[in-house]
Amino acid sequence: MDWTHFFEEAFVVSLLAGALRLSTPIILAALGEVFAERSGVLNLGVEGVMLMGAFASFWGASITGNAWLGLVIGMLAGALMGLLMAFFSVTLRVDQVNSGMGLYLLGLGMSSFLYRVAFGVRTTPPIIEGLNNISIPYLSDIPILGPILFQHDALVYIALLLVPILGFVLSKTTLGLNIKAVGENPEAADTLGVNVNAIRYLCVIFGSMLGALGGAHISVAHLKIFADNMTVGRGFIAVAIVYFGKWRPAMTLVGALVFGSAYALQLWIQASGAPIPHQILLMLPYILTILILAIVARRARGPAALTKPFRRGEG
Amino acid sequence: MSFLGLRLEKRESISPGLKVIAPILTAILALAASGALIRVAGGDPLLSLQAIGVGAFGSMQNLGETLVKASALVLVGLGMVLAFRSKVANIGGEGQLIMGAVAATWIGLSLEGQPFALVFPLVLVGAFAAGAAWGAIAGWLKARLELNEVIVTIMLNYLAIYTLNWLVRGPMRAPGLAGGFPQSQALAEAIWWPRFPGTRLHLGVLLALVLAFLVSFFLFKTPWGYRLRAVGANPQAARYGGINVGRMIVLAMVLSGGLVGIAGASEIYGLHHRLLDGISSGYGYTGIVVALLGKLNPFGTIVASIFFAALAVGMEAMQRSLGTPFALISSIQGLVVLLMLLSDVVIEYRIRRV
Amino acid sequence: METLRASPLVEMRGIVKRFPGVLANDHIDLSVLPGQIHALLGENGAGKTTLMNVLYGLYQPEEGEILYRGQKVRLASPRDAIQLGIGMVHQHFMLVPPLTVAENVILGTPSAGKVLIDLDEAYAKIESLAERYSLPVEAKAPVWQLSVGEQQRVEIIKALYRGAEVLILDEPTSVLTPQEAEGLGKVLRRMAEEGKAVIFISHKLREVMSLCHQVTVLRDGKVVGTLPTTDTSEKKLAALMVGREVLFDVKKGERAPGPPVLEVQDLEAIGDNGLMALKGVAFEIREGECVGLAGVSGNGQRELAEVIAGLRKARSGEVRISGQATTNDSPAAIIQAGLAYVPEERKRVGTIAEFSIADNAILETHEWRFSHHGVLDRKAINQYADGLIRDYDVKTPNRGNLARTLSGGNLQKLILGRELSRRPKLLIAAQPTRGLDVGATEYIHQQLMAAREQGTGILLISEDLDEVMSLSDRILVLYEGQIVGRLSAAEADAETLGLMMGGAKVELPGS
Repeated sequence: MDWTHFFEEAFVVSLLAGALRLSTPIILAALGEVFAERSGVLNLGVEGVMLMGAFASFWGASITGNAWLGLVIGMLAGALMGLLMAFFSVTLRVDQVNSGMGLYLLGLGMSSFLYRVAFGVRTTPPIIEGLNNISIPYLSDIPILGPILFQHDALVYIALLLVPILGFVLSKTTLGLNIKAVGENPEAADTLGVNVNAIRYLCVIFGSMLGALGGAHISVAHLKIFADNMTVGRGFIAVAIVYFGKWRPAMTLVGALVFGSAYALQLWIQASGAPIPHQILLMLPYILTILILAIVARRARGPAALTKPFRRGEG
Repeated sequence: MSFLGLRLEKRESISPGLKVIAPILTAILALAASGALIRVAGGDPLLSLQAIGVGAFGSMQNLGETLVKASALVLVGLGMVLAFRSKVANIGGEGQLIMGAVAATWIGLSLEGQPFALVFPLVLVGAFAAGAAWGAIAGWLKARLELNEVIVTIMLNYLAIYTLNWLVRGPMRAPGLAGGFPQSQALAEAIWWPRFPGTRLHLGVLLALVLAFLVSFFLFKTPWGYRLRAVGANPQAARYGGINVGRMIVLAMVLSGGLVGIAGASEIYGLHHRLLDGISSGYGYTGIVVALLGKLNPFGTIVASIFFAALAVGMEAMQRSLGTPFALISSIQGLVVLLMLLSDVVIEYRIRRV
Repeated sequence: METLRASPLVEMRGIVKRFPGVLANDHIDLSVLPGQIHALLGENGAGKTTLMNVLYGLYQPEEGEILYRGQKVRLASPRDAIQLGIGMVHQHFMLVPPLTVAENVILGTPSAGKVLIDLDEAYAKIESLAERYSLPVEAKAPVWQLSVGEQQRVEIIKALYRGAEVLILDEPTSVLTPQEAEGLGKVLRRMAEEGKAVIFISHKLREVMSLCHQVTVLRDGKVVGTLPTTDTSEKKLAALMVGREVLFDVKKGERAPGPPVLEVQDLEAIGDNGLMALKGVAFEIREGECVGLAGVSGNGQRELAEVIAGLRKARSGEVRISGQATTNDSPAAIIQAGLAYVPEERKRVGTIAEFSIADNAILETHEWRFSHHGVLDRKAINQYADGLIRDYDVKTPNRGNLARTLSGGNLQKLILGRELSRRPKLLIAAQPTRGLDVGATEYIHQQLMAAREQGTGILLISEDLDEVMSLSDRILVLYEGQIVGRLSAAEADAETLGLMMGGAKVELPGS
């Protein structure tokens, strides 16, 4: 086991690039969840949403032959899931943990079910025209930084750009102000004429669209296949990262990158034949999440109205 | 809110009949949904539902299969009842079951040559302890640091899955196993749990029934159960009344995890007789669903478990052309949860035009 | 001074509003002229807030119509009301704590309707409003840092910012000292002078008489009288409010107090907002003595009760119950030491809504008194619950009914019965009659005095000065976490107490 390999430029570059690629689904899902939670709705079904997004965009890419159309279809599926979640959590005001679990199970099952209905049982997996890497001219030629940051597929760039954009929306726009108010004190927002339920619907649906996009990245951009339960808990990790990032897009990005890096490192160690059982490394991101939550998120209770359904003063 | 010109208004009183009808209606709707999905997949719903019914109850052997699966669900479900009644969302059933199974197997393998009478109780205690410890982690983190137990228990699930993954391929791998399915050494036949002749129906079924009674007694007839329910209903009032809320939260997770751990032991000693990869296969999540469907009542959980077990066993017996049943089953589970929530709303509220 | 125009700014005709089981507004007519401060007077539960919520668009009436400047209007939501020029300052503030004053003020306004929020414009406008109406606020401060009085000013500015011509205030002085209330009165008078209409919801006779031009009295959802304040008196209004002659005195037996049941020394504690809520409180209560703690909510009363009950950590200082040190003990241990506590929030803290009445009755005692060998004794529990229901006049058909089916008064009687039946050494009663009708209030007062006769020491925490003065043997005044006044019942009068509650230094003869 050659440890000097660890410090070679090629290794570091491919590790970091891989980390960014592996973080992208989580970044997208977590950003979406930030919006949902900031408006007061905890969407635990993100995992199910990501899976539906993964399937729907894969299927879309397959039948249209166009990866981007596939992504659009994936986002539509996400929007539908979001609509369902919003209906249960905002209109029917049921316990959000329960509705989230229901959404998760539904997404988990339906994504696999529909995949089989659409593609049947095959010996060879279907091939799609996925999203290929785009090298940004000039920037991708920068030594070291170039391959790490600028030779990815479009969704990676979109995910990174969304971080400052969504941060701006939250802090500097009226919509952001309304969202924050709705998540902290919906009664107050309501008395001032802010439509609480509309904002919550908007945030949950938008959040689910981003979540679906996150799932789509795995199936259409990264692996270019669909497999049962292919997100393996990343949706739940995204929820944890929202806590870790204190409901702010920038910190959420940091958390997602930490995860992605752990995944990437684990993959490399597995491939390199090191005498460390790779399962231990697979466990690292999860242990890390718990530890970080314990240290950082201790007093972070988040938006005051999180998980609390809103009803207008019924006597 | 007046969305679409309609509004939900709380009913003044709820007839008890409604409360019983709702879960039954939900079950019927779930079956109808299954039929619809089967139609989408190109099958014949009625024929398929018939096949499911036969597969679940058609013969002594099939019935045995259904009850065996139901017993595992009941054990997990009972754990969920205790946790959710205390308002602790234990999503960690998967992990707790695995840890219980691991402990149970390890004890059985370590006590090679010992009689059943010695091994059986030790296995139960060990499995309970392992599941309880795994659950206690999340419970303690919630009580002391206010960490959301949903996230922690889910993280712990994956930790348990990977631990099992490593154990059956590494330290606990069956010696001499060339390339087959990763599993541990088989347990001695002497300590296997006795079975009903002609079926795979084992002692675990009896255990599930006994524990259902015990849990019910505990919840409603003891001061500890009173405290758990109080904490679940109104933690502030409970604290004001002198109840140690933090301690109750940990207790809820300990008992919940312990019960699920026993489910793990049941799967090992009753069915598989060795530790296998993927031993929990979704029971952790299904357990939540049957507890919810059973209205967080131990006996309701039994009924709901039988329903779900029948569905699962029946579907497995059905034609393979629909692919692995897991997808269909998981979809139905999700639908049941949502339908359950919907029916709760229908019971408590009525729609008014604004 | 402007002459009052004859035509009303706001007219409500025949308003009917129902809730499940309650007819909150029963064909109510209300007419408010511009330039007028119009009081809506009534007891708790009379329907005042409901009526104003209808006017503000929060509720839709089943029958009736609303006219604004003579035009019929339909107010489907607060947005409609705001657009017309109706503003409301609620009893519980509608502010978003983590946001700044300016952000709270512009929330939902047309100026914030642009995509980007323009804070500079907001700052300027807020400053000019603050100047014009003497409502000093700090526009950039986050709301959670503000005092209650400041928050109320923000609420008023919020309404004015939106061009309110009609301002509704719901019990605005319940969170102010008498001196702050006077300041508010000045602000409202200035608004009336400018031709705005003010609707002033209150149950306080004195301020209605001194501040308002016209008063409409509500009782049990109906209007029982509309008259100018020049034509009436406090006594007449009280009679209208209650429907009968009101006794303002409670019979109280003379009793020589015994040894101390509560000793508090140098108590310091931190409040929920991280600031010191108690800054060195010291006092004692003797056996058979009722000590009233007067003060405006928010000066440390709740924290004091919580510290004594073990529900909040004391940073330093000592608490002793009947000589036994209980500082920072667990709530369970303190209950065992002889404390009973009737909390301010009877639904949120004092009872468990989804539990039966019987199960609520045994909240503290379920193990210690009603369990044998790890099993609950249902028979004993049922007997005990029936006894409580009977002895404390809790109106319910069945001990198995859920607690949430009880009305406020009956719930309070249940709680009081539960606490008193333990024969406690010390009873803390926090706002025990808030929101209760006269009948229930009288009953609770009787029970408290009976407990006092039996030797229980009582700490009565109340915002109702009449209640404090009539029930207490001694009165303490809490202001900003410190005891600023200690009086005997004989020495106390509303004015002196009011001054102390406002933090003024008062010289007492011979003290």
